[in-house]
Amino acid sequence: MNAVDVRDLTVAYHEKPVLWDIDLEVPHGVLMAVVGPNGAGKTTLIKAILGLIKPAAGEVLVDGEPYHRQRDRVAYVPQRGSVDWDFPTNVLDVVTMGLYGRLGWIRRPKQEHRALALEALRKVDMESFAKRQISQLSGGQQQRVFLARALVQDADVYFMDEPFQGVDAVTERSIIELLRALRSAGKTVVVVHHDLQTVPEYFDQVLLLNVRRIASGPVDEVFTEENLRTTYGGRIGFMSLVRERSRAATPEAER
Amino acid sequence: MIELLLTDYTIRTVALGAAILGCVSGALGTFAVLREQSLLGDAVSHAALPGIVIAYFVTGSKMSIVLMAGAGLFGALATGLVLSVTAQTRIKFDTALGIALSVFFGLGLVLLTFLQKRPDANQAGLETFLFGQAAALVVSDVVTMAIVGGLALLLVGVFWKEFKIASFDREFGRSLGLRMRIIEALLMFLFVVAIVIGLEAVGVVLMSALLIGPAAAARQWTDRLSLMFGIAALIGALSGVLGAVVSATASSLPTGPIIVLCAGVFVLVSLIGAPHRGLAWRWIRDWRNGRVLRMESVLLDLFALASQHERPDYPHEAAVLDLMANPIAGSTKSLKALEDRGLVTRVGESQWSLTQAGVARVRAILEGMSAGRRGDN
Repeated sequence: MNAVDVRDLTVAYHEKPVLWDIDLEVPHGVLMAVVGPNGAGKTTLIKAILGLIKPAAGEVLVDGEPYHRQRDRVAYVPQRGSVDWDFPTNVLDVVTMGLYGRLGWIRRPKQEHRALALEALRKVDMESFAKRQISQLSGGQQQRVFLARALVQDADVYFMDEPFQGVDAVTERSIIELLRALRSAGKTVVVVHHDLQTVPEYFDQVLLLNVRRIASGPVDEVFTEENLRTTYGGRIGFMSLVRERSRAATPEAER
Repeated sequence: MIELLLTDYTIRTVALGAAILGCVSGALGTFAVLREQSLLGDAVSHAALPGIVIAYFVTGSKMSIVLMAGAGLFGALATGLVLSVTAQTRIKFDTALGIALSVFFGLGLVLLTFLQKRPDANQAGLETFLFGQAAALVVSDVVTMAIVGGLALLLVGVFWKEFKIASFDREFGRSLGLRMRIIEALLMFLFVVAIVIGLEAVGVVLMSALLIGPAAAARQWTDRLSLMFGIAALIGALSGVLGAVVSATASSLPTGPIIVLCAGVFVLVSLIGAPHRGLAWRWIRDWRNGRVLRMESVLLDLFALASQHERPDYPHEAAVLDLMANPIAGSTKSLKALEDRGLVTRVGESQWSLTQAGVARVRAILEGMSAGRRGDN
């Protein structure tokens, strides 16, 4: 059984399809990248899987059961730019929001919940920022706060929308280590990713998306020149791609 | 004025009513401002006018609870229209809002004029709903306002966490399985309540300012949602009391504009004077930063000159430093300030040299710069 099964998923805005008949299988315990050009529907796919956008057709299964029955086993990291970081609140409070689903209606977070949030902040090295106003965070710190908010959900499947967007190299490294730790713990992580170069290094599965599913599966098998060309419509030069691939394939220590 | 407040029964009633309406609308305005839905209040209050007139038409009663119900119904109708038009068509939020606001208000004015033409003496007074008349508040009005407003605030307390997440990150809230539509509908309903209880005293034209003003001012003073909520309530209540008492004592000035002016003063003071976010604060900080930067650059100039010689405290002409410094600011002031801090010392008539402390400071600055370049995020 797969961690996530997407079947025949179609999404349309004003009758224009943005996702067409997507089938996707995400096995347990993998890191999967979702790549594709701008407007390919990467964010839409994640939102449709999470039920944030109503699909025109299709279904989503988590562990073989409909998503809405498995919601508490799924965590979501939205794009960093999707919220107002000048909102009057602090880091700990934002991370605690990850527990609101578990708390349910009306119940307020208590000391034990704040302790869980602090624990999640520790995992992203942001413990000392707990009382910091969120407006005073750098881009990388904002991203780590969002990750901590997803970690505190203690889910089995994580969907992350561009967690590497606009973060510095150090943060990128610590985020990828975090993702690997999740995988080691048997979790499944699906990540919308922009940087083709790092796909082979960071991920073991990849979905190539451009409104339709071009290919999906293990990186070794489907992250090919041909598939990429189909996905990006020939906008990627052959040579640059070969360069990217060989660079990405070089073990870290030799760089 | 304070004497009147303590002794005059009417004034006390009016002040209490104004405090309640200011408190409720100010507090709820927190969410309107943070959700960038400030203008929704404007649509609600303008749309309330036809509701008030029709409620009177149908019932023939001018009891405030009846008129409030009509106002609330139409306010909610306008809100619902705006939100569903925005969601279902390509018309943008501000456009839908502008249309709803003016059409409903126009309808209200037509109905009001029509009513006034009829030989019905009882209708007199409905036109005070345009700009408000706090002096018209009686005890039963205030009791109604207190109960309705109190319930509204109680609901905010109960659904605090839900309102917070709906305002900060609604998509994430939905991904948690929280029903954001219900939460938002409840919040809209509370906006309508907050607007409606102020209509009699403040009027439909300006009531929404009391939803936005106190919250915008409160945002300046704090970075905590709960404090912002409390401060907005306080500013709203103060504006209400000040405005209502002034208008009730100083002849027949309409109350709405005066209350709104009071709130405006609070906003102005907060925009300028609040610590951290206030403009004055920022000016002072920029000026200080500028001064420190100019001082540091003179210090670095002196170090650069001296490092061409064998010892770091080699003295140099002030005129040379002046040439190297920012052409407008010059170096004279900076040198004086540096001397006060013991970082440079005057040598002879017109020469300056670094002290030991000055050299240490330069080293620290240079280290800081290279650490900055290493790119910590």
